Amino acid sequence: MARATKPRAHGRRSPWAAAALIGIGLLLTGGAYAGASAAMAATGETQVNSALTVEDGKKLFQANCATCHGLDLQGTGSGPSLYGVGELAVEFQVATGRMPLQAQAPQAPQKPVQFTEDQIRAMAAYVQETSPGPTYPSDEVLDGEGDVARGAELFRINCAMCHNVAGAGGALTEGKYAPALDQTSALHMYSAMVTGPQNMPVFSDMNLTTEDKRDIISSLLFQQEAVSPGGFTLGSLGPVSEGLFIWIFGIGTLIAITVWITAKSN
Amino acid sequence: MAHEEDPLEHERASWKPSAGLAVAVPDPVRTPELPQHRERITDKDPVAMKNAVRTVYTLFYLSVAASIWAVAAYMLFPIEDGSLVSIRDNNLFIGLGIALALLAIGLGAIHWSKAVMSDKEFIEPRHATRGRDSTRAAAVKAFEDANEESGFGRRTMIRNSLIAAVAASILPGLTLFRGLAPQDEDPVELLSHTMWKEGTRLARDPEGTPIRAAEVTLGSAFHVIPEDLAEIGHEEGYLEEKAKAIVLLMRLMPEDLPADQNKLEWTYDGIVAYSKVCTHVGCPVALYEQQTHHLLCPCHQSQFDVSRSAAVIFGPAARALPQLPIAVDDEGYLIAQSDFTEPVGPSFWERH
Repeated sequence: MARATKPRAHGRRSPWAAAALIGIGLLLTGGAYAGASAAMAATGETQVNSALTVEDGKKLFQANCATCHGLDLQGTGSGPSLYGVGELAVEFQVATGRMPLQAQAPQAPQKPVQFTEDQIRAMAAYVQETSPGPTYPSDEVLDGEGDVARGAELFRINCAMCHNVAGAGGALTEGKYAPALDQTSALHMYSAMVTGPQNMPVFSDMNLTTEDKRDIISSLLFQQEAVSPGGFTLGSLGPVSEGLFIWIFGIGTLIAITVWITAKSN
Repeated sequence: MAHEEDPLEHERASWKPSAGLAVAVPDPVRTPELPQHRERITDKDPVAMKNAVRTVYTLFYLSVAASIWAVAAYMLFPIEDGSLVSIRDNNLFIGLGIALALLAIGLGAIHWSKAVMSDKEFIEPRHATRGRDSTRAAAVKAFEDANEESGFGRRTMIRNSLIAAVAASILPGLTLFRGLAPQDEDPVELLSHTMWKEGTRLARDPEGTPIRAAEVTLGSAFHVIPEDLAEIGHEEGYLEEKAKAIVLLMRLMPEDLPADQNKLEWTYDGIVAYSKVCTHVGCPVALYEQQTHHLLCPCHQSQFDVSRSAAVIFGPAARALPQLPIAVDDEGYLIAQSDFTEPVGPSFWERH
């Protein structure tokens, strides 16, 4: 063995060669991928259409939604009717990527958005014209200037049991879940409350007034911006993630120290 | 001392095992000897020893530096503006300094003992647990003398009165436990009734604005308190009353409430009201899924089916959620027909 390894010490290949090769390979593939996705993004932006009409919305709806929701919004065996859901439901479902649905499953997950903002507005206008429902709110509701403390209290009473007191989301039954709200835009918070998507209850203006909704949205926007004063949030999931952390790392460290203390010095 | 000609004589005598029922075996288990002493690298190599010594004192000096850092951090990160971030920085950096200072002392001391101090193995014989007979007799004599001189055994009046005094001194502590239970009230009675009574309007939590039946749209979930609860102050038992009286109000399609599985006279046009207190250990059950009509308790995953009188369909809950009988008054507001007809919340001694 000793003889076999000796010439290699003077050989062509440094022990760092393998690591360097892997590093170069990673850099190349990463760079190529970044360049390609930048190019994709650039071509994506040029496709933006402007000023689509209700007629365009109808065509988009028939091409992309009618298979499940029916040509006249009447619904089919695969999807519910859209009578009375309004433009706000279209905005929420399509602009968060939940629709078009990926698969029939307990929960429609968020996905990359499939349509441009103009296309979504056009489809929303078509659905609204065919069967009116909840409409886009005024900008004042979404401005985040409401009473944050009152909004947080309303959130704790009406929303926190599913969405977690810090808005980190939580599990429901049979694979369903309430999503985290740390990335949600003010418009989508508002539309979720008004339209009650999937298994979320509806919080109409007769339950939570527009002012209540503005306060709730303000408190959530405040939490999205706020620095966590306690350090690592560990997902803000409370005792489960914190307990898991201290069991693994805290007790793991204690065990490691105990092993070191009792091991013989060499 | 006179009796120490053979210091181990007493030890040997007290360790002599009784033969008992033991059978002498020809090949008894041999006493394991000490393993051969293995020299450490620090014993063999003076350079390694020098390095180990250096490591130890470096750790101790590091501890000194960390203590100084903790003092400096107290001044560098003051809690002057009272903001949460400044409290965090203050705690974090002082804490890191103190933790490192103590940890470095510990690591240094352990490394010192493991790598530098002598590690020669030796056997230290165990001492006998039984004292010498003379020592035992002396101890008994001391007690007898004390009893004789104090008169503890002879003067029974003093002795008995002392025992009575000590026993009585425990009683005040036991009496204090009475303060844990409600005064002048039967706990069973308190647990069996809530603020709801005939005609109390259902109101929104926390404002206390009453709810019209027409405002409860399909798929809605309202978090409800009795209307008069909002007027109670925190000093007058607001939270105690609220904890019992909270209610979740939902509207289902009337055909989703089959008549054979629901008390329809307790509902109004598809609107149902159930206690929000889980019958397992009392967590608020309010995770309502408007399409499946399931209620989930987040604490232990009990599930209730609202379309079937909130019956338990999964989990450890013992009973269905108590239903609040509701009706509508002349002005269209939702009112309670009565209090809950059974105690809300988890089981207790008289209810199981």
